[in-house]
Amino acid sequence: MATETHHRFGAFGGQYVPETLIPALDELDAAFAQAIRDPEFQRELDRLLKEYVGRPSPLSTAPRLSQAVGCDVYLKREDLNHTGAHKINSALAQALLAQRMGKRRIIAETGAGQHGVATATVCARFGLDCTVYMGEEDMRRQELNVYRMRLMGAKVVPVLSGTRTLKDATSEAIRDWVTNVNDSYYIIGSVVGPAPYPRMVRDFQSVIGREAKAQMLETAGRAPSSVVACVGGGSNAMGIFHAFVPDLAVELVGVEAAGRGLDSGEHSASLQRGVPGVLHGSLSYLLQDESGQVHPAHSISAGLDYPGVGPEHSYLKETGRALYVSVTDDEAVEGLGMLGRLEGIIPALETSHAVAWVVKEKERWNKGDAVLICISGRGDKDLAQITEMGLLPA
Amino acid sequence: MASPPATTSSNSITRRFDALKKESRRALVCYVTAGHPDVGRSLETLRALEDGGADIIELGVPFSDPIADGPVIQASSQQALEKGMTYDGVLALLERAKPRVPVVLFSYLNPILAAGPDALTRAADAGASGILVTDIPVGADPAREEWLGASPLAFIRLVAPTTPGARMAEIARHGSGFVYLISRLGVTGVQQTTAASLPETIQRLRSTTTLPICVGFGISTPEQARSVGKLADGVVVGSALVSAAEHGPEDVLKLTRSLREALDD
Repeated sequence: MATETHHRFGAFGGQYVPETLIPALDELDAAFAQAIRDPEFQRELDRLLKEYVGRPSPLSTAPRLSQAVGCDVYLKREDLNHTGAHKINSALAQALLAQRMGKRRIIAETGAGQHGVATATVCARFGLDCTVYMGEEDMRRQELNVYRMRLMGAKVVPVLSGTRTLKDATSEAIRDWVTNVNDSYYIIGSVVGPAPYPRMVRDFQSVIGREAKAQMLETAGRAPSSVVACVGGGSNAMGIFHAFVPDLAVELVGVEAAGRGLDSGEHSASLQRGVPGVLHGSLSYLLQDESGQVHPAHSISAGLDYPGVGPEHSYLKETGRALYVSVTDDEAVEGLGMLGRLEGIIPALETSHAVAWVVKEKERWNKGDAVLICISGRGDKDLAQITEMGLLPA
Repeated sequence: MASPPATTSSNSITRRFDALKKESRRALVCYVTAGHPDVGRSLETLRALEDGGADIIELGVPFSDPIADGPVIQASSQQALEKGMTYDGVLALLERAKPRVPVVLFSYLNPILAAGPDALTRAADAGASGILVTDIPVGADPAREEWLGASPLAFIRLVAPTTPGARMAEIARHGSGFVYLISRLGVTGVQQTTAASLPETIQRLRSTTTLPICVGFGISTPEQARSVGKLADGVVVGSALVSAAEHGPEDVLKLTRSLREALDD
């Protein structure tokens, strides 16, 4: 079985980018390798994760949800981080890296706006110039996050091309980077893009799983039997999976967005319905038509609305180490309401997919199971959208 | 179906450069997007490029997510895709057009991969002489680069202003036909000025390779073509011709002729 190499996970990953970016990726690769070996970088990152982000994030027991599904459910609370999602873990670390590299201009793409907000936040904290690309459709769906970014001094650029969502925002961010590569650092929001991004973002997000592993032992006195996370690009999932990958007794489950149904053609389930292809710099499962054109994704949640997926997820799928499943838009909305009613926690629509799958699959859980769900973000940003759609209970 | 030997097609690019060299002329390389604005007018556009004096035609295979392209080529790709253009459609167009000048397919990797293992021999059979892939830099994927390099098509590689000298040599060594030098940082599109660093970049590249050097990205006017033509073996004009194709073949013919005259001055 092929394994992780410098640029790849098995056959997946790579650096499929215009030549102009190769020296910049080499430079990033070297700076990242040097930074993670530098105890001073790690100390500074740990200090900021503690005093600014609020880490470690708690592990919550979920007594009423546990009762509802018939096993013990634990929640890793990334929603309690500063800015309300896991995205800040990587944005903060990358901003530190950008400063080490002497880059003062930051570019980012965003779907749901959580990564854009996290990037705008750390740029404000460090006094960096920040430009965020966001699909026009997503700007409408996630208006609150657009205000937050602008309030913190970021420039939010609407992207009008293609599907006007995360895919096109990512393309536009790459175009900006190609043009301004000498003075700009591109903070990618997920475990996607050309090497070294997928590995680097995973490493910066892996704090989620390291903490959760220790917290499970402390709280439950055991390892989880299953770890469940939603997958769009897949950064919160890789973040919580990574520490558990070597523990073969721990089942890893990634929940994709089935949108209006896997057979509707309107979903974001790249791993279940895609085939390997090249988009945004890496080879990975991709929603595409038979002539290699990228097929637009659909999900009620802007953060999962992406036709590709991080290459390491493709690898975990092919090796069978992780299981990939999906829930529909409607099920996700139900999951959101359920966690609210049962535990007093309103998760993001993205996160709600993971919750909804655990609820939907309750016949597969046995009494002794311990299911750990990554609560990757909070749901405040989604309330306007689901109210508008008439999906909130009266 | 047995595919005929296509061993001479990639040499047609080399032959064209040899002929130009004897006459001390520069190559005019013209990019258009296949199927833009539609198949019928795309055929007329190709004819206009030939009639206007193009030496090599770069025929763009439209892709849904062209990260190296600016707004003009993005829009033309989108339009071609909406009209149903595919990789096979590009080859069919090429077979119908039968241009008298060498044609280089200009593509992103994904449509080529999706077209299957015989994609390159089929392109050669349809009359293509070369292939240029924007998102497979040297060393990124040795197996697929070998596939591209061993096909009957010349494999044209790109050099960027950011490429260090040692890597330039590596790129040139893995390419054939000519080297495509990206004139400046950024995506394709019309620019008012050419990069100040261009003469120095061409000189650095020249010292690493004997392949002809063609400069593209941002060249749109006869004046720009003339000044870049003084430094390089050829110039590539893209977005300006795509905009002209939007208006019709007469505009394409007019622009191509004026570029030709400026280059031959």
